Amino acid sequence: MTKTISLTLKIWRQNGPGEKGRLETYPADDISTDMSFLEMLDVINEKLTLSGQNPIAFDHDCREGICGMCGAVVNGRAHGPEKGTTLCQLHMRHFKDGDTIVIEPWRARTFPVIKDLVVDRGAFDTIIQAGGFISVNTGGTPDANAIPVAHQAAEKAMDAAACIGCGACVAACPNASAMLFLGAKISHLGLLPQGRPEAARRALNMLQAMDHLGFGNCTNERECEAECPKEISIVNIARLNREFFKAAFFSDQT
Amino acid sequence: MALDAKIPAGPLAEKWDRHRFELKMVNPANKRKYEVIVIGTGLAGGSAAASLAELGYNVKAFCIQDSPRRAHSIAAQGGINAAKNYPNDGDSIWRLFYDTVKGGDFRSREANVYRLAQVSNHIIDQCVAQGIPFAREYGGLLANRSFGGAQVSRTFYARGQTGQQLLLGAYSALSRQVAAGKVKLFVRRELLDVVIINGQARGIVVRDLISGALERYDAHAVVLCTGGYGNVFFLSTNAMTSNATAIYRAYKKGAFLANPCFTQIHPTCIPVHGTYQSKLTLMSESLRNDGRVWVPKKAGDKRAPGQIPESERDYFLEEKYPSFGNLVPRDVASRNAKEQCDQGKGVGETGLAVYLDFADAIKRDGKDVIENKYGNLFQMYEKITDENPYEAPMRIYPAVHYTMGGLWVDYNLMSTVDGLFVLGEANFSDHGANRLGASALMQGLADGYFVLPYTIGGYLAGAELPKISTDHPAFELSQQNVQSRISQLLSINGNRTVDDIQRHLGLIMWEYCGMSRNNEGLAKARVKVQQLREEFWKNARVPGSGTDFNQSLENAGRVADFLEFAELMIIDALARQESCGGHFNEAFQTEGHEARRDDKNFCHVAAWEYAGDGQDPRLHKEPLVFENVELSQRSYK
Ligand SMILES: Cc1cc2nc3c(=O)[nH]c(=O)nc-3n(C[C@H](O)[C@H](O)[C@H](O)COP(=O)(O)OP(=O)(O)OC[C@H]3O[C@@H](n4cnc5c(N)ncnc54)[C@H](O)[C@@H]3O)c2cc1C
Ligand code: SF4
Ligand code: FES
Repeated sequence: MTKTISLTLKIWRQNGPGEKGRLETYPADDISTDMSFLEMLDVINEKLTLSGQNPIAFDHDCREGICGMCGAVVNGRAHGPEKGTTLCQLHMRHFKDGDTIVIEPWRARTFPVIKDLVVDRGAFDTIIQAGGFISVNTGGTPDANAIPVAHQAAEKAMDAAACIGCGACVAACPNASAMLFLGAKISHLGLLPQGRPEAARRALNMLQAMDHLGFGNCTNERECEAECPKEISIVNIARLNREFFKAAFFSDQT
Repeated sequence: MALDAKIPAGPLAEKWDRHRFELKMVNPANKRKYEVIVIGTGLAGGSAAASLAELGYNVKAFCIQDSPRRAHSIAAQGGINAAKNYPNDGDSIWRLFYDTVKGGDFRSREANVYRLAQVSNHIIDQCVAQGIPFAREYGGLLANRSFGGAQVSRTFYARGQTGQQLLLGAYSALSRQVAAGKVKLFVRRELLDVVIINGQARGIVVRDLISGALERYDAHAVVLCTGGYGNVFFLSTNAMTSNATAIYRAYKKGAFLANPCFTQIHPTCIPVHGTYQSKLTLMSESLRNDGRVWVPKKAGDKRAPGQIPESERDYFLEEKYPSFGNLVPRDVASRNAKEQCDQGKGVGETGLAVYLDFADAIKRDGKDVIENKYGNLFQMYEKITDENPYEAPMRIYPAVHYTMGGLWVDYNLMSTVDGLFVLGEANFSDHGANRLGASALMQGLADGYFVLPYTIGGYLAGAELPKISTDHPAFELSQQNVQSRISQLLSINGNRTVDDIQRHLGLIMWEYCGMSRNNEGLAKARVKVQQLREEFWKNARVPGSGTDFNQSLENAGRVADFLEFAELMIIDALARQESCGGHFNEAFQTEGHEARRDDKNFCHVAAWEYAGDGQDPRLHKEPLVFENVELSQRSYK
């Protein structure tokens, strides 16, 4: 049933990279419980605009939980309180009348704030560029059915490939590690026969890139898994570690 | 100017091969001397940029989002077609070609569509080699399903996330070329003008969305892969930044815009539920394979669906179209849903919805099977509506989804401006007046992986391309124009938010230029759009400054363009005095309320040329010649 609630929002405002930010308080009245979290922010922004203030900057695009563009820490939880849900798919029916909601950007050294809730996640692209691919050029590939892939392997690869690159895992991790993101990509490609030839090199290169960029290490806190909107399992980190050890032992590159 | 589609001579099946042979080629060692700008990193842009770089060209790739991986293609759910005929159910290149031409209601080019069907199989090979985790049978081979309007199973899919997986494939290929130094990536950039020198597209002006700075880039060719313009309706299934700006700016620089009124309304979306709503969510039409569409037989029946007995349900698609049933093409399904609701048989709070019911499928196959096929879609539905579709039928309603119109391109995918190529949803080619399900992904990747890499070589090898730099006066002028428009937007300082105006525009377009149109309404809409545009420039409020991260300003620029583009759509709709595919003019229908084409007078592409602000655009017609298929009244009975 649709109803309306009133809330108090405490939102991180920061004018630009390197500038000082602060939490500002905004009332949010008559919010329909059918609204998404971002639609609620739209409503606030309309009001701010009309009253001559600057609207709150936040990233978003698909608004259906797939592009990975949105994300904020809501009451201390990346993407808010609902399990397996991106911020854009979080609906206001999960909040109660009178609630206070604190909204902050991802906090990680590797994701500097651009403005308000918007951060720079370019480091994720850099990690993928280091090896998150199978080296095939366009054309000249064999018939698609020439390489059978066990149903189970394809399913597991798909589980890992569902990562949307949102960065919540990094924001949730006390060490700001990107291991879940990495593990997901390395598992996705490594579980498929097409991805095996480069598996060792891929793991080494991507891990190296992650370290260089300044992400922290994994100490098995499991916060990433708990907050991941696509419920990527930390089994993927174990696979990544296996891949890495194999690579470190058997590879001729160091 | 006569439009020359440059369709190669010879029998249909040999045209592409022959053309590839006849195209001039750039010597492999010379490719690195060429710079190509690719705008957009969706399936079309991502695949094009990666493939061009692999060939040796130097590519600069631009996108609005913070990463190429977030282009709107990521949201495609259902699947991608190819004529592999793996299930041995009678598919062939010819059948895919024929279905696409027929599905498009005979308003596309035979030669283009045939080529699309031909290269479709290579796409699947390519994607598998890249590691796309397509669904598999237990024997390890690829699984297929049938999809929107096809009687064969030719759709490949990766759960309900096919677009995501295909895009991540293209993104990985692109990333590999970034690492190799062949692609320079420019994220959070918005194209605001195309720069033309000596009649050739030689560069762009973009805004750095973080710093607000305007930047100039030059190249030997410019490739637009900027997606569709569905957000002219405000509410659509498109991502929030999807825009018409890129193609509209190119139009103003001389590229013709073709068939802008051809828009697709998708039958299975989650219905609108409030005025604050920011976008609509698609429920993949793969659901129509197992879901049955129905409404109560009696108008105004407000009982819960479970309390309406079989005998009082109207499975209107199955009844009316016994051979295609729930799988009729999108335009047909959408119009029929609207018709039922117009008769007062719509369901849900607003009465603007029909049921999509899985009870029979769950009974037949078991909940596990259904969950395996559609789990994430069901979950998404529940998240949004708070209702469990395993227990109660979904409520769905049509929503704007795809735009068949776009910049006019010839067989080489080049627009009417030399050196300006257009790929993917941004061009008009291949889908005619209606697109079949799972064929946009196919087209985007066909254009990017397998067409442009050849045809751009033909252009570059044959064109005289004098040396220029971004200091050229054309760049200067272009940047000045962009700058003055931004200043103008920021100085209006009115009382209405841009969102509010865009919402208003959307309502006008949905009402008068949506699922069904008539001349009177279109004429009215044209005036309303003009008035709204006037109001925008007088009364919009665009806060903030132009020299930092300012999402309000970004959107204001897009809405300003939509306000002009919308009028062009209406003009096009008025000019096409027939019904075909997604363009349904009420004056032209059969007795069974199907679109009635007028092949004698309208078997053409309508390509519009910009004639100056305040001037009516000039219409150019490209006649469509059908040598291989017979034009027939589409029938899905
Ligand atoms: C919800 C949904 C589901 C769909 N499901 C299917 C399906 O199952 N099967 C199917 O075949 N099709 C499907 N489609 C259609 C299909 O997804 C799209 O038509 C296709 O992905 C478009 O790809 P594209 O590369 O042309 O453009 P997009 O993916 O839209 O990419 C556009 C790119 O251009 C950039 N860009 C745009 N404007 C500018 C600018 N001014 N400056 C700089 N950059 C710019 C963007 O940043 C982006 O990178 C679906 C569409 C939607 C909305
Ligand atoms: S692993 Fe999960 S949390 Fe991390 S980027 Fe991927 S989807 Fe986001
Ligand atoms: S806006 Fe795309 S995942 Fe939230």
